[in-house]
Amino acid sequence: MEFSGVKRRKPWLIGDQRKASYPHSLQFYLQPPSENISLIEFENLAIDRLKLLKSVENLGVSYVKGTELYQSKLEAEIRRLKFSYRESLEDEYEPRRKDHISHFILRLAYCQSEDLRRWFIQQEMDLLRFRFSILPKDKIQSFLQDSHLHFEAISEEEKNLREQEIIASSTSLGGPKLELEYVYKIPFADALDLFRGRKVYLENGFAYVPLKDIVAIILNEFRAKLSKALALTARSLPAVQSDERLQPLLNHLSHSYIGQDYSIQGNAGKISLDQIDSLSTKSFPPCMRQLHKALRENHHLRHGGRMQYGLFLKGIGLTLEQALQFWKQEFIKGKMDPDKFDKGYSYNIRHSFGKEGKRTDYTPFSCLKIILTNPPSQGDYHGCPFRHSDPELLKQKLQSYKITPGGISQILDLVKGTHYQVACQKYFEMTHNACDQTHFNEVLKLNRFTESICSSTVIIPYGCFGNTGCLVICCHCKTS
Amino acid sequence: MEPFDPAELPELLKLYYRRLFPYAQYYRWLNYGGVVKNYFQHREFSFTLKDDIYIRYQSFNNQSDLEKEMQKMNPYKIDIGAVYSHRPNQHNTVKLGAFQAQEKELVFDIDMTDYDDVRRCCSSADICSKCWTLMTMAIRIIDRALKEDFGFKHRLWVYSGRRGVHCWVCDESVRKLSSAVRSGIVEYLSLVKGGQDVKKKVHLSENVHPFVRKSISIIKKYFEGYALVGQDILENKESWDKILALVPETMHNDLQQNFQKHHSSLQRWEYLKKAASQCPSNIKNEKCGPWLEWEIMLQYCFPRLDINVSKGINHLLKSPFSVHPKTGRISVPIDLQKVDQFDPFAVPTISSICHELDAIFTSEAEKEENQAESDIKHRTRVVGPSSCGMWDAASASPDEQCHVHAQDLNWQNPG
Repeated sequence: MEFSGVKRRKPWLIGDQRKASYPHSLQFYLQPPSENISLIEFENLAIDRLKLLKSVENLGVSYVKGTELYQSKLEAEIRRLKFSYRESLEDEYEPRRKDHISHFILRLAYCQSEDLRRWFIQQEMDLLRFRFSILPKDKIQSFLQDSHLHFEAISEEEKNLREQEIIASSTSLGGPKLELEYVYKIPFADALDLFRGRKVYLENGFAYVPLKDIVAIILNEFRAKLSKALALTARSLPAVQSDERLQPLLNHLSHSYIGQDYSIQGNAGKISLDQIDSLSTKSFPPCMRQLHKALRENHHLRHGGRMQYGLFLKGIGLTLEQALQFWKQEFIKGKMDPDKFDKGYSYNIRHSFGKEGKRTDYTPFSCLKIILTNPPSQGDYHGCPFRHSDPELLKQKLQSYKITPGGISQILDLVKGTHYQVACQKYFEMTHNACDQTHFNEVLKLNRFTESICSSTVIIPYGCFGNTGCLVICCHCKTS
Repeated sequence: MEPFDPAELPELLKLYYRRLFPYAQYYRWLNYGGVVKNYFQHREFSFTLKDDIYIRYQSFNNQSDLEKEMQKMNPYKIDIGAVYSHRPNQHNTVKLGAFQAQEKELVFDIDMTDYDDVRRCCSSADICSKCWTLMTMAIRIIDRALKEDFGFKHRLWVYSGRRGVHCWVCDESVRKLSSAVRSGIVEYLSLVKGGQDVKKKVHLSENVHPFVRKSISIIKKYFEGYALVGQDILENKESWDKILALVPETMHNDLQQNFQKHHSSLQRWEYLKKAASQCPSNIKNEKCGPWLEWEIMLQYCFPRLDINVSKGINHLLKSPFSVHPKTGRISVPIDLQKVDQFDPFAVPTISSICHELDAIFTSEAEKEENQAESDIKHRTRVVGPSSCGMWDAASASPDEQCHVHAQDLNWQNPG
């Protein structure tokens, strides 16, 4: 791809040629684009796609993926940002081209670290899954062919011969009617996740995969290919980054939407210590609420709890001095010697503020980190209550928080389906009844580029939304 | 058969490696037609020598090199490993990280010790004709799946020499399979899950996968003879209590009472089947109907594989025609056409064939000795009523075709 500062030459293709270059509304991004493009368009495409992927992430946390609500919201978002999604629409050239080029631009920004790659691959996979799910069944074969995936649908006769076995093997098939389903024959080694759990019929080295299960295989292929491609891109990145026009943009892209986003500096000093008790019951996520309660009751927290809660307090605006005072006051109540605190604990607090050692200014843990790593054991209060609490205890806790029975059962259902973050979201909705959904989404997009809603707001990094979302306690929201 | 004395091993092995080990056919197998350059030369072997000295990363230039080294070192045990990126005996000269295992046959190891919780006749390293049926069933079930489900064509089953069997799958594409796919294959073939602390090790879902269904059909052919008569699994209270542990508690009283009234495992099993199909299906979390009967059969008879043996590309496994140092038995191939007749106690020991060779040598003329030698070689392939598929039992001529399986397999034309 050439980058010119000069006004671009819009590639004028005759109708059929345009259609031929992008035959489908979705793609595997196997070929990088080869056009001239202006810097301005480069930047705009990148930012638009980033917005799209952010929405994919937020929607994936707020709603269970695959449900009607999720699908319709995602479709609306894609349409709003003018990306391609549906096959049957008329002139799809521009949106598809946009989709193509912007993906490759973002590869440049997101190949640079393991975390960035993981995030990028996750959102791109979710996007592809959605687009594939709305692809009409008769278009699937040609899409697979064009993407060089060797999955052939088998004929009716072949299906009939094996009908019983295929039905007996696939848990995803609804009823005994196989005629309506497409079944694909693929080499068994390409269907690893299916055959290892005996979820597919194997015969003579081939797996007979119904359409519903093909998606999982396609996504795995996609993930593997994209992962490899990102590794390759990272290696050739220095050449790209040396272009001074691109370097600032690429850095800005990869930093602005991942990780250290909610302006901690902007928050500092906005909270006073005496507000914490009331904030903990009104505005903290349940994980922090329980940590705070345990700290107050036991005048102590173990290491896991100190890390999780301490970084959270920093995120919502506690200064180092306030933090030292806060922890010391509480630990002394537990008959700790002030000197012992200074010796044993204050160093760690200063370290987490980036004032000691390698001076990394640590950020609060994301939900994913809390859910997936370091599960709590006896005597610990950290972790995610939706993930780590026994359902009965969780129910009692929610009842004591005065959540309605209807809300509690919704939350417990989500927990059963392992949708922990969505459950937390539900908890938030139940405890903040004034905010409606659109307002809530606006809140989610808070970042360096948008203003706070009102001057007396405090921005709380509600880990729920990955590392980037914030819960804004608005002064006009009655519940704050 | 001549009794085997481990103290005689050094002498016996000397003779074995000089006169009896089938080098030509062995090399022909592992060379795979010589199509891929250095395939044999990059193969790792490991030797266990006298006094338990273990040496890895052995590799050889060709058949005669292999012969010379084996005769020189006289290994007690030979293992076959992977084909590497470089000659294993030069691995120290290779840049760090560049020496990689690249290909290997897919192998399975089924060990009778893993069935100790369900066999009443023997335990640990002991085997008898009663429990050997477990291996027969294992071979039938696994081989059917490897052939019909996975489409693997070249499968060699070998007696391990003491208490189990090994399988070597040699198809070209299979040798290239990744560790992940190998693990996946073992998972597909696994149904019995849980260690000592788990009572009920098999749980079937309502949907019975064709693999499970076909495995159950195979077990049904042997179940009465093996489990109800041979093992007598419902013989007395002590033994039927173990079965009851696999059955919903609500059925216990009824079964206990009726078991007292019956006189044999056969009768009791019939009763259990009837009771299982009749119990009400609204019992929460517990299935009734044929699933219960199948789960018990599977727990007592279904093969138990060791995933660690199969998943690693660099895993070393005992070579066919290696000698077992404790029993003296030779790891001979098992003829799939005659699996039911295979008798591990009829497998020649190194002492028996060496003594035969000796006897012939002392009492006959030279040229007859050569004839007799090939006679014995012929017999290591034809073991009692069962015959090994490895070589065509009909002729002992040196140009005979090398078959890895009873089926015709020409290594000169791979694929």
